[in-house]
Amino acid sequence: MPTFVYMTRCDGCGHCVDICPSDIMHIDKTYRRAMNIEPNMCWECYSCVKACPQNAIDCRGYADFAPLGHSVRVLREEEKGTISWRIKFRDGREKNFVSPITTEPWGEKIPRLADLEVPTQEALESQLLCYEPNALNIETGLPTIDKDKFKQGVYY
Amino acid sequence: MLTNNPFHEVAAFVPPVAMKSFVVIMVIFVLAGTIFDIIHKKSAKYFFENMKKSKSDSVRDVGGGEKIKIACATAAHDVLASGEFCNHRRRIAHLLTMYGFILFLLATAVMIFGYTESGITTPAVYPLLWHLGALMVCVGGYWFWFFIRADVSAEGHSRFRFMLADLFVVSLMACTTSALVWSFFLSIDAGFLSTLFFLLFIASTVVLFGGVPWSKFAHMFFKPAAAFQKRLAEADGSRSNLPPPADSPAKYGLGIKREMPHHY
Repeated sequence: MPTFVYMTRCDGCGHCVDICPSDIMHIDKTYRRAMNIEPNMCWECYSCVKACPQNAIDCRGYADFAPLGHSVRVLREEEKGTISWRIKFRDGREKNFVSPITTEPWGEKIPRLADLEVPTQEALESQLLCYEPNALNIETGLPTIDKDKFKQGVYY
Repeated sequence: MLTNNPFHEVAAFVPPVAMKSFVVIMVIFVLAGTIFDIIHKKSAKYFFENMKKSKSDSVRDVGGGEKIKIACATAAHDVLASGEFCNHRRRIAHLLTMYGFILFLLATAVMIFGYTESGITTPAVYPLLWHLGALMVCVGGYWFWFFIRADVSAEGHSRFRFMLADLFVVSLMACTTSALVWSFFLSIDAGFLSTLFFLLFIASTVVLFGGVPWSKFAHMFFKPAAAFQKRLAEADGSRSNLPPPADSPAKYGLGIKREMPHHY
């Protein structure tokens, strides 16, 4: 999903130009606002979307699977160290995500693995990964599916 | 120099009525240019459709009183204090240019309409404000042009690269710079040079006000509208489809320090 800029929100600060690894975010010659000069060369890293302090950059889905009416928007709150995503599907469904952002190496600050208890052999052999099930926001264990409920025609 | 009304001195060669007519023509240029700009770029249509879209996505109604409050907040923060800018250097440069231009414009109108006839003395405050306004535009404008412009600071282009987006700021700087130089040469009685810079002043003024459809002059009208719409979208809950601020947990990580965009 290549990115595009809302001209009325952009203040032409140059953060997206600076961060774009493909060098396709440039300053428009007529209005001095940012623009994606080559959407088909965008590798969709969303660096510009996350970096924009004005929330002026959005993602445009390819017409074959996301035709008209959808939206993918990002809110980066630097002081909180979070990045939030809101994905609106064209049938009205919505999905919201919040993730931490950090410039520190993984494991050293967020999360700080040194603070964790050393897992027991039993924990290592269980199906639960580190931080699960709490990180999945579920109180019980991992969800399971009864084999009887599998789609008919699939044999084990 | 600072307390002399240059328009009064030039009235010996240019009749006051011609100067007044020139100002009126410039006002007409701005009005016609802005209307043309709005029709050509369909900006009014865009804002209207955006407003309708925002209303259909809204989760609560915003009453008239609240709208007035939002309009006041927009005027105080986004318009009068250039609150939109995330870069404080750009904000200061913009404030200098904006208030300088307003001072320069108002002082010009007052001096031309009130104090160009012979036998009338101009109060020192008006020429002083005129020079101060021109100086503020020059400081803010040249600072922006040489050091802050995204094409220079983020893209690494030459400081002297000129493009259509520069028409407004360059004609504005040319107008105020030539006005200051003209006033200086008038004060030392440099005949030819003062005439030359007076003509440059007139030419750059015509480009500044006559070039509205091609320059970003009209941003002073549509930017407040965009800022108002942004605040309204936050108030009615549609938030331009943006996710709500993260609140769980209140502070997720360490936070990061944004770096200035100059890694080209």
